[in-house]
Amino acid sequence: MSNTTESWGSRVGLILAMAGNAVGLGNFLRFPVQAVQNGGGTFIIPYLVSFLLMGIPLLWVEWAMGRFGGRYGDHSTPFILDNMTKKRFWKYFGVFGIFTNMGVMAYYTYIESWTLTYTLKSLKGDFLGMDLDGLDSFFNNYVDLGSGINFPVWALLAFLITLSINVYILSRGLSAGIEKVAKIAMPLLIGFGAFLAIMSWTTGSTGRCADCSTYIGLNYLWQPDFSTLANPKIWLAAAGQIFFTLSVGMGTIHCYSSYLKQKDDIALNAMSAGWMNGFVEIVLGSAVVIPIAVGYLGLDWVVDNAGFMMAFKTMPFLFDQWGSVLSVIAGVAWFGLLFFAGITSSLAMGTPWMGFVQDEFNWSKNKSALILGLAILAMGLPTIFFFEKGVFDEYDYWTGTVSLVIFALAEVILFAWVFGMDKGWKEITDGADMRVPRFYRPIIKYITPLFIGIIFLTSLFKPLNGELSDWSSAFNSWVNGNGWPWANDSIINQVFHINTGVQWVQDGILTNMFYIDMSRFFLLACFFGLVAMVKVASNKRKKTA
Amino acid sequence: MTTSALIMIILTQGTVIAATIYFFRKVLKSPDKSEPDSYSDNDPV
Repeated sequence: MSNTTESWGSRVGLILAMAGNAVGLGNFLRFPVQAVQNGGGTFIIPYLVSFLLMGIPLLWVEWAMGRFGGRYGDHSTPFILDNMTKKRFWKYFGVFGIFTNMGVMAYYTYIESWTLTYTLKSLKGDFLGMDLDGLDSFFNNYVDLGSGINFPVWALLAFLITLSINVYILSRGLSAGIEKVAKIAMPLLIGFGAFLAIMSWTTGSTGRCADCSTYIGLNYLWQPDFSTLANPKIWLAAAGQIFFTLSVGMGTIHCYSSYLKQKDDIALNAMSAGWMNGFVEIVLGSAVVIPIAVGYLGLDWVVDNAGFMMAFKTMPFLFDQWGSVLSVIAGVAWFGLLFFAGITSSLAMGTPWMGFVQDEFNWSKNKSALILGLAILAMGLPTIFFFEKGVFDEYDYWTGTVSLVIFALAEVILFAWVFGMDKGWKEITDGADMRVPRFYRPIIKYITPLFIGIIFLTSLFKPLNGELSDWSSAFNSWVNGNGWPWANDSIINQVFHINTGVQWVQDGILTNMFYIDMSRFFLLACFFGLVAMVKVASNKRKKTA
Repeated sequence: MTTSALIMIILTQGTVIAATIYFFRKVLKSPDKSEPDSYSDNDPV
């Protein structure tokens, strides 16, 4: 428990910081790819349903939990959760709310550093006249791909600079650091996104190939295919996207909201920040990558190549088609908006740690930020050196995917069933500047936990391909004694390497699995290191009580 | 663009833009709570 004097400067600043926390690289790179892979225009229906039944309830729950914890002087999830129940083990679930952020921040800051480098390179005009092969080899050289174990000097330097920027801003505190950045970054991000969206909407046919038109790209993204609505895979993809885009299940929302007083609104703030994120994702995010790529490379190329790396390996080539001046402006706008989207999120990821060590160990802001920086450096280096070995993806899977679902499931059960909906509903509606629809009470109690529970169970037991028919054939196979055909990305297969078996050495050389498993042990060690810190803090509290 | 894609894009983006503006405007128009509130910028000096 702390005697912190930290506070937000203004309500608009808080909403921009909270929206900045949610708006990330995924709004521009993950959402459009998910949409085209899952029914095009129809994807938006399960997406909006998931937003209403899972996204909004989780936002309200997390805002309410944070403000409740702040009343007792707690600004990180272990002790926010601890205040809500007499059962002491819940505070260890709260460790996820610090661990997830640090794990994600470790590799996210690395991607953020790419966007910083690419912004400066775009400004210098280094990408002018470069074709797709040139961009591909530039990127591979930059992150030093091709040698097995990477030692990318410039990428490392950019990572250190980006991490230092994050550390400096975090050391300035909430209103002088994070809020000030959000007030500058969010309007710029929206402005850059709007510029690129307008370019995309007005380009139309480019004549480079028969189907080279941004309108064909937009059509591809928005053409509904209602037959896909019966496919649970589409619903899971949409629910997953809502999770990632709102940054729920991470602990950052609790932390930001814990600096609010009981009489101040959370319900309207949560809605405003949530819909602002939706605007950036649905209106701006859908207008840039896919339509512009179809406009210059055609639909077939996009179908074959749509993915995260298009941001770096494709976009500068596309902007180059607009002429040298517009190319530089668009390059700076694109990578600048990705950098702003990244830094407003990575700053949020740093705050649960900051709140925790300041509350429990009375560390100064500078000391807390510096030690966070060193910890992120230690956690981030394996993702850089062993990028090609799959360590980067492994961090993303466990900290950026699985942990979010586990923590969100735990927190909604705690809030609705242990803390209780009577108290919970009062927490959400206290000080509200809007009328919170009463039907959300049963939704929070029954539908949201069920929704997240289904996501978790299907991720745990996902069969090969994951289509509806695959579940029934997998069940038949299991009943007939032929075993369960695991999907490679199901959690159980990931843990036990069922499909491949454990093989750390092959022909005297360490396999990728060795590096992946070592990174898992490292992440586990980090998690239990945080558990130990929570235990020490808890003992300290008992002594002073 | 096909008509159905056009309808999807207009309906969806229209809804999202309207909701974003509505809630943000509501935030701006809501009166401040009495001091001491959560925000330092409006503290009496």
